[in-house]
Order: sequence, then structure tokens, then C-alpha cells
Amino acid sequence: MRHPKWRTGAPVLLAGIALALAGCGGSDNHQNTLKPHGTDAGKIKDLFVPILFVAIIIGVLVLGATIYAAIRFRHREGHPDNPKQVHGNTTLEIGWTIIPALILAVVAIPTVSTIWDLAERPTGPKVLQVDVTGKQWWWQFGLPKQPMVPQATALDAKKPGTGPIITSTELHIPVGTKVDLSLHAFDVIHSFWVPSLSGKKDVMPARTNHLTIEANQPGIYRGACAEYCGLSHADMRFRVVAEPMAKWKAWVARISGPPLGAYGTAAKPTDVYTLTSKTYGCTNCHTFTDPHLATYGPNLTHLASRSTFAGGTLELNHKNLKAWIMNAPKFISMESKDCRLPPPATCVGMPSFTKNTPKGQKTMTSEDADTIVNFLLGEK
Amino acid sequence: MTAVPAPLSPPRGILHRPKASTGFWSWWTTVDHKKIGILYGGLGLVFFVIAGIEALLIRLQLAGPNGTVLTASQYNTLFTMHGTTMVFLVGMPIATAFGNYLIPLQIGARDVAFPRLNMFGFWVFAFGGLFIYSGFVLGGAPNGGWFGYTPLTSTPITGGALPGHGPDFWAIGLIMLGIGSVTSGVNFVVTILNMRAPGMTLMRMPVFVWMMLVVAFLTVFAMPAVTAALIMVFFDRNFSTNFFVAAAGGDPLLYQHLFWLFGHPEVYILILPGMGIVSEILPVFSRKPLFGRSVVIFSGIAIGFLGWGVWAHHMFATGLGPVATTAFGLATMLIAIPTGVKIFNWMGTVWGGSLRLNTPMLFSLGFIAMFTIGGLSGVTHSIVPADTQQTDTYYVVAHFHYVLFGGLIFAIFGGFYYWWPKMFGRLLDDRIGKLNFWLMLIGFNLTFFPMHFLGLAGMPRRTYRYASGMGWDNLNILVTIGGFVIASSVLVFLVNVVKSAKNGEVASADPWDGRTLEWSIPSPVPEYNFAEVPEVHAADDFWHRKYTEDEEGRLVRLPAGGADDGAHHGDGHGIHLPSPSFFPMVLALGLPILGYAAVFKNPWLAIPGAVILLFGIYAWTIEPGTAED
Repeated sequence: MRHPKWRTGAPVLLAGIALALAGCGGSDNHQNTLKPHGTDAGKIKDLFVPILFVAIIIGVLVLGATIYAAIRFRHREGHPDNPKQVHGNTTLEIGWTIIPALILAVVAIPTVSTIWDLAERPTGPKVLQVDVTGKQWWWQFGLPKQPMVPQATALDAKKPGTGPIITSTELHIPVGTKVDLSLHAFDVIHSFWVPSLSGKKDVMPARTNHLTIEANQPGIYRGACAEYCGLSHADMRFRVVAEPMAKWKAWVARISGPPLGAYGTAAKPTDVYTLTSKTYGCTNCHTFTDPHLATYGPNLTHLASRSTFAGGTLELNHKNLKAWIMNAPKFISMESKDCRLPPPATCVGMPSFTKNTPKGQKTMTSEDADTIVNFLLGEK
Repeated sequence: MTAVPAPLSPPRGILHRPKASTGFWSWWTTVDHKKIGILYGGLGLVFFVIAGIEALLIRLQLAGPNGTVLTASQYNTLFTMHGTTMVFLVGMPIATAFGNYLIPLQIGARDVAFPRLNMFGFWVFAFGGLFIYSGFVLGGAPNGGWFGYTPLTSTPITGGALPGHGPDFWAIGLIMLGIGSVTSGVNFVVTILNMRAPGMTLMRMPVFVWMMLVVAFLTVFAMPAVTAALIMVFFDRNFSTNFFVAAAGGDPLLYQHLFWLFGHPEVYILILPGMGIVSEILPVFSRKPLFGRSVVIFSGIAIGFLGWGVWAHHMFATGLGPVATTAFGLATMLIAIPTGVKIFNWMGTVWGGSLRLNTPMLFSLGFIAMFTIGGLSGVTHSIVPADTQQTDTYYVVAHFHYVLFGGLIFAIFGGFYYWWPKMFGRLLDDRIGKLNFWLMLIGFNLTFFPMHFLGLAGMPRRTYRYASGMGWDNLNILVTIGGFVIASSVLVFLVNVVKSAKNGEVASADPWDGRTLEWSIPSPVPEYNFAEVPEVHAADDFWHRKYTEDEEGRLVRLPAGGADDGAHHGDGHGIHLPSPSFFPMVLALGLPILGYAAVFKNPWLAIPGAVILLFGIYAWTIEPGTAED
């Protein structure tokens, strides 16, 4: 019995899958493994896609054979019901052991060479060294760890308070520069993943992993924590901002400087100083004035240089930021109690300053929030 | 209904020996492998429905971006419990159900080697499952993922990352379930090696029995690894040990090695029974012997061995270094070879047959197709650099559901339809069964096929919400719809079960023209299984009693062959069977009480737990296996 429909069916199915794949690759959300914008992501895609197509072809053949057999060999009333009793066929069986083995051997060669290629850490003066720290549930970036790319003047080791620039949630890198990331975990295991730039690498406590990223084009690439790390794992997102070298240097110069606005000191307090250092205890976990300080929570100096905050889940604007600092747990689930205690706090994440205020403490008012937000949004 | 005998003081044994072999109470004390199999299967199905409801809640939450059906905490609990339930409370117990019911029947034995230990295993499973679920009302259901990575799960409660007692319930519960699995594994190994009927040589054993033998060995060797890891997790959480505390010199990665040293063989513990089931169904419904039977068996054994050498492919992103990832990547490719051989041999079985596309056959063909897709996406994981883009994304979720749902669950449903008449004496309706199959096939592919694309497009797994504008919205709606189609197919199955119980077609001893010994005895199977222990002369011995081959190798029906419908061979009178016992349940009951004592660090609770446990052991030991008449 012949089924001409089926003979055209297989190529149609194959084409359909290919189209679906292409269609999927077509939507570039800047978090798509099939739309690479980085060197290593490109190598991975070039390795994966041909193998995927071989797999699809094998799959279509096996599925096609299954469907064909089910139709072709089904028992029909009135037909003899005494099929030939075939117990096996040594040649065939050796064949379908060896052929897959050969296919896999061919696949193994580029696989192994790519493993070693990607494992190599870049060296030389043109490599940007960045420290990445995963914390529940945000990312801290420290750059540069050591002299690198022709330097921005702000990074002078002799000046007090200098060192790596600490920022969070958005990592700026120059286009066309290899970036050697040293990955650290503050608490539990996280995984650093920017699909457009490279594969993921776990971020382990007390173990430094390395990952190289290099952006080929300017753009904002989305990243996410890819290892389940507790309550708000889903909201531990970040961005890599790749920009031309000149623009990147300007960014470094800008954000490594002191705050632009008047924050005040203990001797000469401003409103925002009093609110953040005294009333609401923000400085227990954050700093507003030192771009080089790694604090328990994100470093807020030059916060306004970012476009997102709160693990990359919220756009940075007055409305969002105000709502966040008044009642952060409304936006991201966090195990945060009263964080006005000095760190190391037992809480993880921002507390609410409008709900469950402890005795003797002030519930945050709208005016106070405006004062803080206005200061922060001035810190580009 | 027979009442429970009062616990008085007979001359031997501590409690009055339970006598009921039928009726409600017989199920509590039975040592009959068939009843125990049905208990495993029934409770496994209950947990299957629960895990399905959990999955539907997850899918409702993920139907659109920034879902608000569940909170982050609820979502984390649900995906943890869905995974834990499906692996430990559905996949393993239902495979054990088939093993329990079928192994003695297929090897021509009257029971398993250790009937009371068998029942103990069931009670440990039942109490262990209830124990884990009791976390929902007793201070926190597990929420650290079914894999429970440290230091997230091993950090004491004050750390704040995983609130509540979730990981404690999880660790202690899994240790308990492990005890049950190991006892049933030991039981199966001893039964298969020692209790085969005369003439049933190893290579004449049905392939299902072979696969269960491999599974039993895997279980016995794999569970200790995870048990050690879980004990360390529990000690880190509760007794301030530092096994996984990096700052104190511990190593979180140690846990992953131990877990996956169990976890990967576990994958084969789940899939090999499915492979065994379809290896039984395909020949019967093709009316041809299994193609390359010994190769299929050796492939299963090879998978069992190779399964120990690939655990680190779950850890390619952890920074093991290029040497280790190369080695484990290549080993993973290697395991594709015996797996592929099995698929091709199943195709060879079907090819040229006279196929009856009844429901069991449809599910088995579905198994081949779906498992092939899962196997091929598995090969793409062995491409280590590609795996670093795929791991912990929906691509992996798609992959292992094709293997475990498209594989194991399809096989289980095929097995239900196939052996239902043998177990209950009534067939499941074939037309409803076909509806069940097609709904499941369509729903399954609607649910899991789009996940490949979601993963490649960058959607990480275990995330309770995702941003809009990522291009994931449409596919996620499809996935959610597919989930409900699967649910509808399970409902159809349950309807079929009810209908079969009410007025299903009464089954003959051999409704499918079967090949293996269980079809040679009446349906449902009498308590003593075989009135006369059969003598075996070939693989598929029962088939050869019915058919022979002509010169061309075509089937020829023998005049006198056929099943024993109970008409001859006597009525089994005088066959001595092991007697029911309370003590498996008593002994197992001690475990959750000790478990609660550990979770709540309450020594007062430990006392009754230990007393019950010791009483159970002692009473069991002095109780004879078979009561005196």
C-alpha cells in the first residue's frame, strides 16, 4: 500500500520545523541564544545549529518511520494475520549501532575543540577584568580589578577611597573588548547568563569561576540568574550595556567621581543625609557617596546612570523609585524584616518603610520619599 | 468485611495474626505482591493527579507575563513539589507497582522473595509521601527545588533564603522514601535471581523483568548517595555542621556530585521500566517477537552501567573545567548509542508485523516517537558549549518531559491499558482509551514542544514570572492550553477506570493473545498465581505453546495451546502462601514519627517513634513468615 501524501509530508514537516526555528530566532529580545551578539555566543550557536539540524533530520526520519509503519502494517480485517517471525538481523543491528557512533564521533570533534576554546581565559593589557558578585537577588559589578584598557583618570590607586568602581544591575562594557569576568557568590549559588553574549557559568560561594564575554555590537543585552537561588530568583535580572570605547570611558569617568548633588555630612547634614543616614537607616546597607564601596545592598552612588533597578525589573523613574523605597516588598518578594539594624542583617532584601514599622521608628512619609528620590535621580 | 482481629496475646507473635485475605482490611496487612502492586499503583495515581494539579497552577501563573496567580513563595513550593512528587511519588512507585504485580507472574513465581518487606516498602512510600505533604500544614512544604542545591537548602532557617521547615521535610522525607525504594530494590533483585520457574533462564526472562532487574540494582546503589547528601543537608541546617558552608571550609559543589551520582541513575530508574513495558506491548500487538531481543536486553544493561558515568553533565555550568566537561560530554554521547539501538529494535519489531492499534499499542508507538525527540534533544545537551546555553532553561524542561512524560508516563498508560484486564478482570474501554491517547499526545506536544523554543529564546526555568516584551507570551499561552489538554486526557482515563469497574467488558485469561506467562493464568489472577508452577522451555514460552512457525517463518496456530482459565490444573488448594502481617505497617509508622522529631528537634516525639520502630522490628522478627493453620 502506498501513501503518496506521506511522501510529501516529511519534507513539509521538516520545512515547518525549520521555519518555526527561524521564526523563533527572528524575534531578537536580546536574550536569545540563537541571536548572538557576542563572540562566544556566536561560536556556540555555530556549533549547535548544524548539530540540531542533524538531530531534526534523524528525528523526522524515526517519527516518519513510526507513523509509516503504523499505517502500512496495521492489521486489516480479512487479511492474513500471520506475519513473518523475524527475530533479529545481525547486520542491521550492527549497522544501527555503528552509524550513530560514527555520527557522534563526528559531532564530538568540534564539540571538544569548542570546549577548550571557550575555557581559555583572555590575557593581555587590552582585557577588561570585572568582578561579578551574585547576591540574593541582585548582581554587583566591580570594575576594573586591575589596570586595564588605557585608563580613566579617576582610578588612581594613590587616592583614598579608590579601587574598583562598584555598581549593580547594569554592567557597562566596551564593544570589541574581551571582558574576563571573575564570578563570586555572596550567599548561595547563582548563575551568570547573558545569552546574547555567551553561555552561562555558575557563581559559586568560595570558588571563583571565570567567564569571558565580548560584545560585537553596541546594545543592551539582557541577563538573568539561571540557578534557582531562593524566593525571588525570577527577579534577579540584569543588563549588559555594550557601548563604543569612548562612550564607555566617559561612563567610567562619570560614575567613578563623587556624587553630583549635596549629600551632606554628619557635621553639616542635609535633609537627605538625615533621612537616609538616621531616620530610615538606608546607609546601613547602602552608600550614597562612595562609588568604590561594596555595601550589603546595592551601591547607590550615581544610581541615575542606570535605566533599571530592582534586579532589572523596574524602569528607573520617579514614580517607580518612590514606590519602591516606600514599600519594596510589594514589587519583589523578599524575606526582609526591620532592616534598620546594622548589617550583617538577617534579612534579605529591602524592607517596607510603610508597613509594620517597628515601635519608636518613623513610617516613611511621601515627602521624605520625594526628598530621597529627588536626590537619587540627580545622581547621573 | 472482615473485622480487624483484636490485639490479644496468642502463643506466638505479639499481635493476633491478621487473617483477612479479601475485603477492605486485607489491604492494610496484605503481603500478596499483586495487592501491594495495586496499592503502589493506586497511591501513585493519586499523587499523579496531585502533581498534575500543581503543574496546572504553575501553568496558570505562567500563562502570561508578570503573572499574579501565585506568589513567588507559592510558585517555588509548587515547582519543588511537582518535581519531587513526579519523581519519588509517581514515577518510582508506579514503576514499582508494575514490577510488583508482574515480576512474579512473568517469572512463574507465587510471590516475591520477601513478602513482608514488600509491604513495608509500600507503607514507607505511603507515610513518606504523606510526611512530605504534611509540610503544607506543619510549617512549610519543600521549596528548595526537587534537586535541593546547597547552600540554599542547607543554610539554617535564620538565613532567610528558604523560610520555614521546607528543606527539612524534604530531606527527611526523601531519606524515608529512599529506605522504601532500597527495600523494594533488594526484594526485586533477590526475587528475580532466585525465584524463577524451572527452565526460566536469565535470557528467557521477559524484557520487562530484565529492565526491572537493572532498575533494582540501580536503585540499591543510587539511593545511598543521595541519602548521604540529604543527611549532610539536614545536619548543616539543624546541627551547625559545615559540609556545604564554603566560608567554613565546606564545599557546596560536593552536594551536587552526590546528588547527581544518584540523580542520573535515577533518570534510568524512571525510564527503564517504561522501556520494559513497551518491549512487552510492541511484540504482542505486532504479532512478532521483539527484534534483536538480546540486544535490547544488553542495551538496557549498558544504559544501566553508563548511567553511572554521566552525572556531571548536570553540572556543565558549574566550572568543572575543560577536562571534566570533555569527559562527561563524551560519556553522554556514548549513552545515546544503546538508547538509539533500542529505538531501532522497537522499530524493527513493528516493521512487517500485523499491527493491532489498540490503546496499549498507541501509547507504545507514542512512546517511541516522543522518547526519540527527548533522546535527540538529550544529545544536544552533550554538546557542552551548547548545554551552557540550554541548562536551566525551558529547553531542558522540554527535554526531560519528552523523556519522562513522553517516555515513562506514556509507557505507564500503555501498561495500564495492557495489564488492566489481568489485574482487575475487566478491560478498559478501547474507544475511550483511544480518546485518552490522542488527547494526551496532542496535549503533551502542545505543552512541551514550544518549550524548546522558549528555552532557546532565553527563558530561564524556575522563575515565577517573566517580563513582557520578551517574545515569550504566545508560546506560553500555548503551553498552558496544552497542560489543560493533558489534564482532560487524564480525566478521560479516570472515567474509563470507573466505567470499566461498573460495566467493563469481562476479560478472558488471554485477551491480547499474549506472549508471557501472566497471560497463561486466569484474569484476575488467583491469590496463588499459578496452580502448578510452569516449566519454561523458551523465551515467550506461553506464545510457543500457542504458535509455531512454518518454513517461511510465518505464524501457525497450534491446536491445543492456550491459557488456563481456571478450568483445569486444579484450584490451588493446599498451596501455602505467606500470611498477612501488621508489622510492616507498624515498623513503617515509626519512621514519620521519628521524622517529625527530627524536623522539629523534639526528643519527646523521638521516644514514641523509636518505641514503635523497635517494637515493629522485634515483633516482625519473632513472627513466622507463614501462620500455622
